[in-house]
Amino acid sequence: MGRDQQQQQAAYTVEQLVAVNPYNPDILTDLENYVNEQVSSQTYSLDANLCLLRLYQFEPGRISIPIVVRILIKALMAMPAPDFSLCLFLIPEQVQMEEQIKTLIVLSHYLETARFRQFWEEAAKNRSTLEVVPGFEQAIQAYAIHVLSLTYQKVPRPVIAEAINIEGLSLDKFLEYHVANSGWVLEKGHSCSQLMVLPRNEFNHPELKKNTVDGMPFEHVTRIFPILS
Amino acid sequence: MASSHDYDDGSLESRYGRPPSAGHGGASTDLGYDPNFVPDSVKTFVVHLYRHIREKNVYEIHQMYEGSFQRLSDRMFRDNPWPSVEAIAPYVDNDHVFCLLYREMWFRHVYARLTPTGRQRVESWDNYCSLFGVVLHGVVNMQLPNQWLWDMVDEFVYQFQSYCQYRAKLKNKTEEELQLLQQYDQAWNVYGVLNYLQALVEKSAITEILEREKEGLEQFTATDGYDYEGGTSNVLKMLGYYSMIGLLRVHCLLGDYHTGLKCLAPIDISQQGVYNVVIGSHISTIYHYGFANLMLRRYAEAIREFNKILLYILKYKQYHQKSPQYDQILKKNEQMYALLAICLSLCPQINLVEENVNSQLRDKYNEKMTKMLRYDDEAYAVYDELFTYACPKFITPSAPVLEEPLTNYNQDAYRLQLKLFLYEVKQQQLLSGVRSFLKLYSNISIGKLAAYMEVDEPTLRTILMTYKHKMHAVDGDGKIIPNADLDFYISEDIIHVVESKPIKRYSDYFLRQVLKFEEMISELDRIKLD
Repeated sequence: MGRDQQQQQAAYTVEQLVAVNPYNPDILTDLENYVNEQVSSQTYSLDANLCLLRLYQFEPGRISIPIVVRILIKALMAMPAPDFSLCLFLIPEQVQMEEQIKTLIVLSHYLETARFRQFWEEAAKNRSTLEVVPGFEQAIQAYAIHVLSLTYQKVPRPVIAEAINIEGLSLDKFLEYHVANSGWVLEKGHSCSQLMVLPRNEFNHPELKKNTVDGMPFEHVTRIFPILS
Repeated sequence: MASSHDYDDGSLESRYGRPPSAGHGGASTDLGYDPNFVPDSVKTFVVHLYRHIREKNVYEIHQMYEGSFQRLSDRMFRDNPWPSVEAIAPYVDNDHVFCLLYREMWFRHVYARLTPTGRQRVESWDNYCSLFGVVLHGVVNMQLPNQWLWDMVDEFVYQFQSYCQYRAKLKNKTEEELQLLQQYDQAWNVYGVLNYLQALVEKSAITEILEREKEGLEQFTATDGYDYEGGTSNVLKMLGYYSMIGLLRVHCLLGDYHTGLKCLAPIDISQQGVYNVVIGSHISTIYHYGFANLMLRRYAEAIREFNKILLYILKYKQYHQKSPQYDQILKKNEQMYALLAICLSLCPQINLVEENVNSQLRDKYNEKMTKMLRYDDEAYAVYDELFTYACPKFITPSAPVLEEPLTNYNQDAYRLQLKLFLYEVKQQQLLSGVRSFLKLYSNISIGKLAAYMEVDEPTLRTILMTYKHKMHAVDGDGKIIPNADLDFYISEDIIHVVESKPIKRYSDYFLRQVLKFEEMISELDRIKLD
């Protein structure tokens, strides 16, 4: 209990530092510790991580590759937000040549282009890099579901399976969970395969998007009042 | 990939478009001019300027600042700096603050028309430190024109950028210059620059002022930041305001677009505000805002803002023809057309662009835009070219390593941003193909479309998902905002296409015609037939 409180206090202070005094090399170590905290407590702060990457830019001698790797993994987990690119913009080219970072760039590429099968294959080959950050798999699965909900009203089961890298009984359990909690509906498709009907939102039902009505602000109409009278 | 386009800023490129007449380095303090000689016109100038500042006559100050200073520079100081501050100090009671202001103008003149030496760059930094120090201490009690205050912040960031470029080019530096770099390693250090801007924002409490204004508790925008009645100083307030834009600019130079936009957040650019009173600040704000949004993939937002500013410049640039900023305005105008061309190629939303702007755009970039849609090697060359032309002059903020081998690394930052940008373009490569096919159908099965596009079904599914992902940007609050005009959804195997057609705005059209005819009728009424 006490430790949690301490952690909360430390996190509060770091966020404050980033808001109030971000251009200050003395907070570099605090920010590095904060990254490790984000990893262990499964939280995330883009602003603090960008602040750290900026400081690394200002002091290239103090850069720590393991910390950068962790920041990048956390950024991947934040997809669909473009956090990963934002971090890359701040990392010098030589550092981007490091093996682990090159791997992460490849993984990001697969995710950005929705190549989920290739992503999970490559991720399996790099377990050691990725397992330092707990919650990675779930975050990517959430992103995959997000892209599927943007695209599909009714999605075939194999497509889901490939996207989230779950098969067989585990997949059944996963689908049951979403049927119960997220409004998914099971249906029978053409070729007797299972279909998931995803909840309606404005992205997979573009007609739901409010179309601009041919209306106009009242002030414009007042312009012709003198003429009408 | 890093093309040989006109990227190199160097110290030779004059900001106002005029090439330096003096040779490289050391022209100004050499023979040919006496820094202590004060011509009569300069004497009159400083005496009057000093008096107007003391009397807080903002209008006169502005006339002298914009008008007389430029005229005197044109007439007498084309190739030489103005007289040194020590020489004019006796005429202005040795007033400390006035001397700092004079020196700021002095250095700005050197940067604009001559080539500053390493020593002068360092001295200019010292001057800014003193000037901002005085302002931050709250002892400046004057009202200065907004143009001047904007120019101060703008020039501060510009000299920082110029210095980073200067010290990253180590190859041809003389021993003396290297010594200087080592000795004055604190000059223009990135922490100093950022902290001064941040301090100005904080000390001026400008964010609170803007907040209170929204609730109607403060007059700021209505008076353009001036205090007509009380006569309190506007210097700290306005420097704080403009520093927000300065911070946006510095963060863009560093490649940190997210934080840059955060720094600008207190200013609501969807409204008129003090930022668009001075045209230079208006353009700088929108240019950097648009560029940051482009890099964040918020293409629709970038297009909207570029469209507005380009329309504004089209309408009003004639009024600025005489001003010293005219060249800069034109340059930024061209750059923003290039950025607009890029945005529209990545996200064809032509209905967001007003027709006059669109016709200008077509004049300049029609061929290039067609090429960019093709996504072959030629297309990447065009993206490269336009990006290089239009991007900010990115910097490497860290201190130089002054050991052998000495290299020029001033292009490294730019190359990285370009590389990442082209990487993003490549990822969107297959999307234009999908778009052109989907435009033709309202429904099509995945199998058929895959056959037309000559890819297999799983690949097509990934392409379609990529399209959806790339065309839905995530804004600052985590909301998903759609970017595209063409949308679709998939139901098992069938793609259903939904295209949002731009609505014909009949009511707008009728209004305009009614007003036009009314004008015509009253004209005709006035004609008396003899």
